[in-house]
Amino acid sequence: MAAHAPTTEAAPAPHPRTPASPGSRRPPRSGRAYRRAPYVYIAPFFLLFGAFGLFPLLYTVYLSFQEYRLGGSSPEFAGFDNYAWLFGSDAFYNSLWKTLTIGIISTVPQLLFALGLAHLLNFNMKVRAFFRISMIVPYATSLVAATLVFGSIFANTAGGLMNVLFGLVGIDPVSWTNGNWTAQIAIAVIVTWHWTGYNALIYLAGMQSIPQDLYEAAAIDGAGRFRQFLHVTIPGLRPTILFTIVLSTIGATQLFTEPFLFGNGAGGGSLGQYQVLTLFMYETGFEVGRLGRAAAIACVTLVIVILLVLLNAGLAQLRTRDKSRPLLPRRTPTPTRKATR
Amino acid sequence: MSSGPVDDVRTATPALTEEPAQRTRRRRDEHTAGPLTYVVLGLTALLFLFPFYYSLVAGSHSPSDLYDGTPPLLPGPQLFENMRLALEQADLFAALGRSLVVALAVTATTIFFCTLAGFAFAKARFRGRNALFGITVATLTIPPTLSIIPLYVVMTRLGLVNNLLSVILPGAVTAFGVFFMRQFISQALPDELIEAARVDGASMNRTVFSIVFPLARPGMAVLGILAFMTAWNDFLWPFIVVRQSPTIQVAVAGIGAGYTPDISVILAGTVIATIPLLVVTAIFGRQIVGGITAGAVKG
Repeated sequence: MAAHAPTTEAAPAPHPRTPASPGSRRPPRSGRAYRRAPYVYIAPFFLLFGAFGLFPLLYTVYLSFQEYRLGGSSPEFAGFDNYAWLFGSDAFYNSLWKTLTIGIISTVPQLLFALGLAHLLNFNMKVRAFFRISMIVPYATSLVAATLVFGSIFANTAGGLMNVLFGLVGIDPVSWTNGNWTAQIAIAVIVTWHWTGYNALIYLAGMQSIPQDLYEAAAIDGAGRFRQFLHVTIPGLRPTILFTIVLSTIGATQLFTEPFLFGNGAGGGSLGQYQVLTLFMYETGFEVGRLGRAAAIACVTLVIVILLVLLNAGLAQLRTRDKSRPLLPRRTPTPTRKATR
Repeated sequence: MSSGPVDDVRTATPALTEEPAQRTRRRRDEHTAGPLTYVVLGLTALLFLFPFYYSLVAGSHSPSDLYDGTPPLLPGPQLFENMRLALEQADLFAALGRSLVVALAVTATTIFFCTLAGFAFAKARFRGRNALFGITVATLTIPPTLSIIPLYVVMTRLGLVNNLLSVILPGAVTAFGVFFMRQFISQALPDELIEAARVDGASMNRTVFSIVFPLARPGMAVLGILAFMTAWNDFLWPFIVVRQSPTIQVAVAGIGAGYTPDISVILAGTVIATIPLLVVTAIFGRQIVGGITAGAVKG
């Protein structure tokens, strides 16, 4: 390996901080400084991550057992009061329910569309790079901008774009923000718009790692395009699909910007039609000013998220146990590889 | 899928003679897009771009034009007037500046610290490595939204509310960044190279700055773009903690507060807020696509 030195700039130049004469002590480089270095490299990350990532998480749990008001003095131990309030609160069950329904009507279409789009993107074609980049435009657009624009498209008046389109096919104008399902559907449309392309790209990467000979074998066996999609692509994508399901269900528990800005701020609609968990947490903490209660909501959400992750892990294990061949090949995470063009 | 001698014979015989021609033909048939594919993908691209176009259209008309029953589909004359009103109602230039500061700071710290830690996890042997990396991976899926209550308490105690540091610090590093850079460096950097540097007497620091950083540059670029986008688009946390000196998303969401909300002015504001990121997307689109697909391995 010595031949490497001149070409890689790793020339044996004496380092300024070398304690002894640089030429004489080469191998002992593996000394204490060398062994300590990794800790120095991970230290800034763990300091910042610990202070602003891990610690707040634990502190949430602590706060959820405290009576603590916004702008109030110090937290006071309150036992399970916050949880008792939470589980006795209709608003909480409403927000759980709305999180679930909006989650379903946004996640399911989003992933189905994404699967179809990925299938199309996987063909050889011209302007392929353009189509792929068009997939990330919604993802790159801020949710604030997207929600404001969609809010105007889904305006309640008869003159709103969506209502005019509905008028063309003879449907009466819809009062989008006021209805229960109409508001949820409008929000789901925003979510679907924002994430479909993102998921399509993930599926596309999964599809490209399915060995080509599987398709050729299927074609030889007389399977048409659709049967190939059903019997080769879908099984091959199973781990990827599972991954996106988990990501988007976790995402569904985190919806905030869309419902918050869709109907002019807090409340989640006059009837709480779209008051999802995060919105409920925000209102409890920063508008009602009950930080302890808001922390309890965060903890319940955290438990839901952890359950989702564990469920995913369990399912993934079940899936792989009956397959000797790993269906998700070690996808090379090299972001610049040519295949992702 | 059936297999066995029959299949073998059936496929093996023609393959001897016709293999090249048939292969290429099948490839074309099976893997080349038909016209329908172009149509569907083209329509999808339009659908994905439409809201931005519509914000340009709606932002360039007066609100009375907007809802009079025939929604405009072409840009009108009032874009700059509406932008001026938006700038008047919310100080968008200052907000753009703040967002730029936050996003650049977050990008720089994320790239630097996550690459260092990613390198350590990828190539260095040290005690506690697996446990520490395990903690990092375990928190990948925990959404940061759940920490806003205690973070707010922390920032209040530190006296950082309405200070941009309160937005920069929580975004300064991500577990995803470490994970991503670890994967990238494991692939891009052969162990022999580090070993060679060490044998040649280079200190660890010198190895990192002269070998690791240059080789990891493509990965760092992708991570940086993703970090920039995330910081630029973040809303909930800045909305809580820097409401008095808002970032661009917070400012845009607040246009019209105290006035009769004028949707045209608001949408003209969203155009201002969106343009910088559309430029980033246009320039770095390919890297972003790569970053998203690489992110998929984290599951």
